[in-house]
Amino acid sequence: MPSAPLLTALIRRAVTRMIRLPAVLAPTVIMPAFFITAFTGSFDGISRVEGYPTDNIVNWVAAFAILQSCAFAGIGAAAAMATDLDTRFIDRLLVSPMRRGLVLLAPLGQAAVRALIPTTIILLICVLKDASMPAGILGVAMVYVGGMSMAVVMGLLGLGVVLLIGNIRAMALVQVISFLVLFPSTGQVPIELMDGWLATMARWNPATPVLAMTRQGFLGEISWSETWPGLLVIGGGLALFGAFARTQLRRLDG
Amino acid sequence: MTAAVTTERSRWRIAAEQSLALAIRSVRNTARDPGAWVPPMIFPLVLAAIYGAQFSRATELPGFPEVDSFLQFILPASILQGVSFNAGDAGTGMATDIQNGFFDRLMSSPTSRLAVFIGRLAGAIVFSAILATVLVLIFTVFGAPVQGGVVAALALIVIAAFLAVAIGGFSLAVAIRTGSSEATQAMFPLTFVIIFVSSAFFPTGLMTGWYQEVAEVNPFTLIVNPARQIALSGFDWGDFGQAMFWIAAVSFVSLGLSYRAYLTRLRRS
Repeated sequence: MPSAPLLTALIRRAVTRMIRLPAVLAPTVIMPAFFITAFTGSFDGISRVEGYPTDNIVNWVAAFAILQSCAFAGIGAAAAMATDLDTRFIDRLLVSPMRRGLVLLAPLGQAAVRALIPTTIILLICVLKDASMPAGILGVAMVYVGGMSMAVVMGLLGLGVVLLIGNIRAMALVQVISFLVLFPSTGQVPIELMDGWLATMARWNPATPVLAMTRQGFLGEISWSETWPGLLVIGGGLALFGAFARTQLRRLDG
Repeated sequence: MTAAVTTERSRWRIAAEQSLALAIRSVRNTARDPGAWVPPMIFPLVLAAIYGAQFSRATELPGFPEVDSFLQFILPASILQGVSFNAGDAGTGMATDIQNGFFDRLMSSPTSRLAVFIGRLAGAIVFSAILATVLVLIFTVFGAPVQGGVVAALALIVIAAFLAVAIGGFSLAVAIRTGSSEATQAMFPLTFVIIFVSSAFFPTGLMTGWYQEVAEVNPFTLIVNPARQIALSGFDWGDFGQAMFWIAAVSFVSLGLSYRAYLTRLRRS
């Protein structure tokens, strides 16, 4: 069977299952709303600190809320793989003559589709909170690029971990990793306002250029200088975690 | 009359002994499971370290409480976070007891019904007190000591211990009602949200709009604010009393819900 229709069918299966299980869909809808509301509500006063780049905290923090939510969306897609491992659906796929790469591409497709939900929800809340978007439609597109690619990168990491450990409890570890990567970054304040050790950590944190890439439309026009470091990090994440997931799949395939 | 009084005293003594036995079991089970007590210790510390470094300039904002550092401001929030983890574990433990049949065995034995509650909450109380002690010590090492010395620190530890009862009651209610440890654990994000929408991480005076209004009436704000005052200014009976009053109020609701769930389960079985 040709790969493209098969891939589409597998992605559709995964998305349909997500929609049919409220317990799976609810966090994808509720957590983004919580992130943007809580971070901008609790820390609203931070925007009054001298040197904060914007007078509306939503413009800065939205990217952080989007990337965190999309990371969870990617991890959720990997969790679906854990269920498929338990039910032996993966085994049935592996004994079929389909291309092996589709086993990974399908959950990644689901991750990308899944990321649309929190990204859209947060953008709608940003509109309600008077966020600016000087970059217009290009800025919005960049937000979706950042969110969806974060979901795919974390999905790959999650897939590798699930295939390595073999059960859904591994997802808790990946969630902790996503927190530990995104929090010590420029998610909530710029580097210039951070204390020494955290500023150094944020400077080297791979999440920082991805945040800058995703956020730029809220603060000004889209520029290549703000975009390419984020794309480089995303490319590196896809390569690294992709190799990890592929290695684990080969190990499973024997 | 004398025999009735003696029987009543014996009943209370037996209930106390059973409570102690179940409390020891609860504490021992929690101690044996690092997954139950390590995250409550680590997660608040990591968040405090990050927020302490991220929001240090916020202490210069007009209206921000007089503190030497943001770390000093956030100590009660860290304690609250850790206690919410521990308290959630009380419910998870109860749900596990229901799932593996231990709860039914207790109910079919002449065990005091009160002992079952006290036993489950005991682990949360003990570990919350330990957590608060560790956090106070670590924050002191990192330059955010509790002003007012040992007395103020002890007051925070007592507040933490009783807070575990207040939050643990909700966790027990979900556990007894659902009999599911997954459903009980799913409560944690809700607790996290409620903590965020309070003065735990930032003063409500620097929030705006509906968020500020909600945060100001949040019971956690009414508990955290006096606890923070104790941490910053030293022990005061008024602050301590206010914190304990609101903890008692929340405990009344949470333990009431859990007791009601308990009676419903007993009627069904």
